[in-house]
Amino acid sequence: MKLIGRRLIQMILILIVASIILFIIFDSDTFKMRIALAELGNFGVSAMDPDDYKAWLVKKGLDIPFYQRFALWVGNVLQGDLGWSFEKNTAVGPLLWAALKNTGILAFWVFALMVPLSLILGVLAGMREGSRLDRSISFISVFTTSIPEIATAIILTVIFALGLKWLPTKSAMISGFDGWQLMLPVMTLVLYDFGYVARMTRASMAEVMTSQYIRTAVLKGLPYRRVILRHALRNALIAPFTVIVLQLNWLLSGVVVVEVFFEYKGFGKLLLEAALFGDIYVVQACTLVAVIVAVTSQIISDIGYTFLNPRIRFA
Amino acid sequence: MADITIEPAAPSILAQLTRTRIIALLMALVWLPLSAYVISGVTPGGSADYMLLPSIPAVILLYLIAFRAWRESWVAVLGLSLVCFWLLVAVSVPFLPLFDPNKPIAPFQIPFATKGENFYLLGTDYKGRDILSRTLWGCQRVIVWGVTATLVAYMVGMLFGLLAGYLSGWWDEIISFLGNVLLSFPVMVLFIVILNYLGPSGFNIIVAVTFASAPAIMRIVRGLALDIKTRDYVFAAQTRGESPLWIMFVELLPNVRGPIIVDACLRLGYTTVAITTLTFLGLGLQPPDPDWGLMIRESAKTAMLFKFSYMLIVPALSVSSLILGFNLMADGLREMSLRD
Repeated sequence: MKLIGRRLIQMILILIVASIILFIIFDSDTFKMRIALAELGNFGVSAMDPDDYKAWLVKKGLDIPFYQRFALWVGNVLQGDLGWSFEKNTAVGPLLWAALKNTGILAFWVFALMVPLSLILGVLAGMREGSRLDRSISFISVFTTSIPEIATAIILTVIFALGLKWLPTKSAMISGFDGWQLMLPVMTLVLYDFGYVARMTRASMAEVMTSQYIRTAVLKGLPYRRVILRHALRNALIAPFTVIVLQLNWLLSGVVVVEVFFEYKGFGKLLLEAALFGDIYVVQACTLVAVIVAVTSQIISDIGYTFLNPRIRFA
Repeated sequence: MADITIEPAAPSILAQLTRTRIIALLMALVWLPLSAYVISGVTPGGSADYMLLPSIPAVILLYLIAFRAWRESWVAVLGLSLVCFWLLVAVSVPFLPLFDPNKPIAPFQIPFATKGENFYLLGTDYKGRDILSRTLWGCQRVIVWGVTATLVAYMVGMLFGLLAGYLSGWWDEIISFLGNVLLSFPVMVLFIVILNYLGPSGFNIIVAVTFASAPAIMRIVRGLALDIKTRDYVFAAQTRGESPLWIMFVELLPNVRGPIIVDACLRLGYTTVAITTLTFLGLGLQPPDPDWGLMIRESAKTAMLFKFSYMLIVPALSVSSLILGFNLMADGLREMSLRD
């Protein structure tokens, strides 16, 4: 409990520091200019004299010093108002929710496929360390993890969408939700990520298999299947649990390039577009979500680890 | 026992690797001219090309030395071969008989096409630039910016890690908190915000990679420093009255290098991924100079036909092979260091 409290306080501190830094960054003149250019066009900006520009800043509420805007923003966020998007000219809240929902769907399928796949492969590899099966699984997982997402996305697109024409190339989902369009992004993310989790599972499993109590169980004459399922797995799956929860944090980064490549309207694409535009309130809201997800997943993995591992709980 | 008297016990492979001054010299001989060549942005074909001549034998020598030391692990050797192949390409590309990578010749030539006197082994892109030439030139940029960024991140991370680990107290609290702030940003978010603020360029990639990687390096070094701090030779140095800076850099630093080399190989891979991805997103290196991420970005719209997909496949496979090389090297090294 004390640990959770400490982590929560740390999270709030981190959020405050992060959003102040973001406000300072986006307060720079280049960003204000970029918003002006995007809204009024090149010609519109060059036609303005300094007074007009100032008037425009006042109209947009950008003339107020950043610390005042920051205080205002904090007050609004606490009331549930995330601000206004300059680029899309709507409230940030619904925009963010729609994007998060899409990314949530993506993340759900990634985890639904990745977790069983990597656990099974990891356990199979770790069961007999050094066997041919172990070596091939280890090599495959290094191989797939080494191919960056952008390359995986390209290779999968060329094979399944351009070559075999089984799947659509883009996942913009213009005419409503389409499961077929979700396949390539999900496959890309799973292929990139499963190797890492499988290797962690393998390491954990291999360590458990060398421990005394497994040897006792084997020497006692228990069937091998029973030793693995009842004795080894319980301890071997503690460490992968932490890794899997932390993958949530990784997914928020990994999703950017995949969403941009497949034109999937999710969190990553929203963040990148907003950042390129200088759309401060959208970036702030996205960062807020990202940091909350990151710190929450850390807290969950810490708590889960303590809960699952009695040696730590009672220490 | 008899073996030991005939042949002195071999020091650990990592130690062997780091102890050799020659290797450091050779690495400098490759890295300095190459980075000077890329960062100064000289036009190829001039006298500056000869700057890279001494690097070619240096790469080959490095390969042979590392090959001898690591030959027991085929994983490490495979990784080493991949990395050294691209390194060799990077230093020798000005001397290869290639088309100008930025010159439009004939657009949409598919691989193995012959047009007039020109033969395009890997085809040309939508602007008519030779893809083979762009791919080989592109590896220079990825390697130089990737290695330099990782190097800077390491220097910053190790400095703060040593400060936090050795001095403890307030130093540790403040550095660790700042590290935690940076670590709780998802990496891509951090990259996007920083590069967007500073503007896309190679130097700013170094800054962004430093911000993203240094906290993790700091944690590793801090942990190692906390462990080593209690060793007798540190106490001996303290009793001799050495200054904290001396102890940190002369007593602690050389003794944390073992685990760091494996981590550095992995991190080189991450940085390469980051640079390619950022360039693809439009936040990294800028056109027209060839770069793998840029090649993907520029062709992503036009190459959406199976016939033209080679424009995307070639840079994608190139970057994957380089990263695979770094990762296999890290894997093999870890395996070997565990065996000792």
